[in-house]
Amino acid sequence: MADGILVVAEQRQGNLNKVSWETLVAAQQLAAAVGRKLGVAVMGKGVGAIAEEFAGKKLDEVLLVEHDLLADYTPDGYTLALQQVLQQTSPYLVLMPHTYQVREFLPKLATSTGRGVIGDCIGYRKDGNQLVFVRQMFQGKTNADVTFAGDPPYFATFQAGAFRVDQLAGGTGKASVRSLSVSLDASQIRTRPLELFQEAKQAVDLSQAEVIVAVGRGIKAAENLPLVQKLAELLGGEVAASRPICDEGWLPLDRQIGSSGQTVAPKLYLALGISGAIQHVVGMKGSRTIVAINKDPNAPIFEVADYGIVGDLFEIVPALTEEIQKAKA
Amino acid sequence: MNIIVCMKQVPAKDAPLRLDQSSVWIKEADISFETNEPDTFALEEGLRLKEKFSGELTVISLGPERVKQTIKEALAKGADRGIHVLDDQFYQLDPLGMAVELAAAVTRGKCDLVLTGLQSDDHGFAQVGVILAELLGLPHATIIKQIEVLAGPSGGAGGIKLKRELEGGWFQWVELPMPALLTIQSGINKPRYATLKGIMAAKKKEILTLSRADLGVRLTATQKVERIYVPTKSKKTEMIQGSAREAAARLVEKLKHEARVI
Repeated sequence: MADGILVVAEQRQGNLNKVSWETLVAAQQLAAAVGRKLGVAVMGKGVGAIAEEFAGKKLDEVLLVEHDLLADYTPDGYTLALQQVLQQTSPYLVLMPHTYQVREFLPKLATSTGRGVIGDCIGYRKDGNQLVFVRQMFQGKTNADVTFAGDPPYFATFQAGAFRVDQLAGGTGKASVRSLSVSLDASQIRTRPLELFQEAKQAVDLSQAEVIVAVGRGIKAAENLPLVQKLAELLGGEVAASRPICDEGWLPLDRQIGSSGQTVAPKLYLALGISGAIQHVVGMKGSRTIVAINKDPNAPIFEVADYGIVGDLFEIVPALTEEIQKAKA
Repeated sequence: MNIIVCMKQVPAKDAPLRLDQSSVWIKEADISFETNEPDTFALEEGLRLKEKFSGELTVISLGPERVKQTIKEALAKGADRGIHVLDDQFYQLDPLGMAVELAAAVTRGKCDLVLTGLQSDDHGFAQVGVILAELLGLPHATIIKQIEVLAGPSGGAGGIKLKRELEGGWFQWVELPMPALLTIQSGINKPRYATLKGIMAAKKKEILTLSRADLGVRLTATQKVERIYVPTKSKKTEMIQGSAREAAARLVEKLKHEARVI
C-alpha cells in the first residue's frame, strides 16, 4: 500500500455512511489515472462486516482498524488511530467524504502530521503529472483549481454528489482484509461522547413530495410566508426552506432542504429568493425540473435551474399564482 | 470566563464578484463587505457566556484594513477588546497559514474558550477553527448548537456539555474539558444589534494591530490555489424575460407544455 491511495470509510454505530461509496468511486478513478494501488480503511469496533463489503469492490486491500476506544467517534481517538495507520501504510493520497465528522477530525490529523487538506472538492483532473483538485469558493459563485505543495501524504475530501455511486466498480475476486492494530489509551481522549438523538421525529417527509416550493432569505419576513404557502397549496406541493429561514424559526426544522436538512428530488422544485449556497443545492439538485426566482442575476441557484426569472419575488410570485390558477381553471 | 472569538469579514451576500488580475482573488474595490454570518452567532454565544460568568471577550480578525469594521461592530455589541491581524495577502493563505497567524495572536492572551463560526462564506475551508485547536493544543468540537457550562469541583466552571449537529437531523451531546475551541453553527441564538450606547463605548476600546512580522510566524504552504474562475454551466438554464406578469405567464406555459410538471 505504500505510495497508494487510501480511502477512509465513514461509519457510525456500525452503519456505513453511504457517501463513502462515492469517495471510493473517486478513488478508483484516481488510482487508475495515476497508476497507484488503492486501499480502504474501515475504523471502529465490530465493523468487520463493512470491511467485507468493501472487499468485494475493485480495490487492492481493505484495512480493518478496530479498537474499543474507536467504538464511538472522537476527534482525538480518530486522529491518534489514523496517525498510526498512516505510519504503517505510507499512502500518497488519503481521500474521505466531506462529512460533518470528517470536517471535525481531518484538519487536526493533517496538521498533526504537518500536512494540509484540500476540502469539499467537486472533482479533480490530471495536468501532466500534477493532480489538480477543484473546489468551490464564495458559496459556489466561483470554482478554484488547487494543487498540493510539500510532501505526501496529501489529504482531500469530496463533496456529497460529486461522484456517482452507480459508477462503482466491483472486484473480480475478493480483496484481502488486513487487520491493523493501533494502540490508544483512554487518557488521550479528551472528548466524552454522550448520546446520539434526533430532535423531533420528522413530521413531514419531503422526499416523497412531487412539488416543492422552497423559500429563502428573499422572503424577508415570516409575515410574507402565506404568499409561498398559497402557491404550494395551489400546486399540491409542500413548502420547504433554506437554512436561514429555519434558523429564524419562520418554518420548522423538518422543512429544511440541504446538507443539514432533507435531500429531495421532486418533479418540480421552485426556489424562491434562495441564492443557492452549496449547502442548499446538494439537497435539491436531483430535482427533475428546477425553477429559480431571484433578484440577483449572479445567484448560484441559476446554475442548477432549468428555468430562471431575475426579479422581485414579491411581484413575480403573486403573478405566478394567478397564472397557475388560470391554467388550472 | 475569558473568551476569544475569531471573526472574518467576507463579501456581502449579494455583492457582484469580479475576478482580479491575479486570478486567485476578487476585485475588492467596488464591493461591500460584511461579517461572516456564522461568526456573528459565535460572537453572540461568547457575549452571553461572558455576561453569565463574567470575564473578558477579545475579538480577533485576520485580513486587510477593512476588517477593522468587523472588529468595531463586535466591540459595539459588547466585546472588550480587539486584535487585528493585519495581512493584505490573507487571501493567498491556506487554512494552515490562517490558523498559524490566528494562533500566534490567540496566545497573546489567556482564555478559557475560543469560539468561531463553522466556516466562512468566502474561502469556505471549514478547517481554520479545527487547525487552530490543534496548534493551540486544545480539545475541540464543531458545528455546535448549544453550550452548557458544567460546575467544577470547586464550584467554578468545570467543563462544557455541547450539542453537536450531525447530518440528517441527528445530534449528539459531548463533554469537553476547558480550555477548548468550538465552531458554532448558525441559528444557535439570535445575534443582538449594537446599541447607541454600545457604539459610543466601543470608541474607547482598544484594537491592537499585529502584522505578520509582529507575530513572528513562519508559514509553509500545504496547498496552492492556481486560479479561481466562474464555473461553466453544466445545465442549460432558460432565463425568462419580461415584466413580472409576462414572465409568470411564460413560465407557466413552459411548465405545462415543455416540462409537463403542472
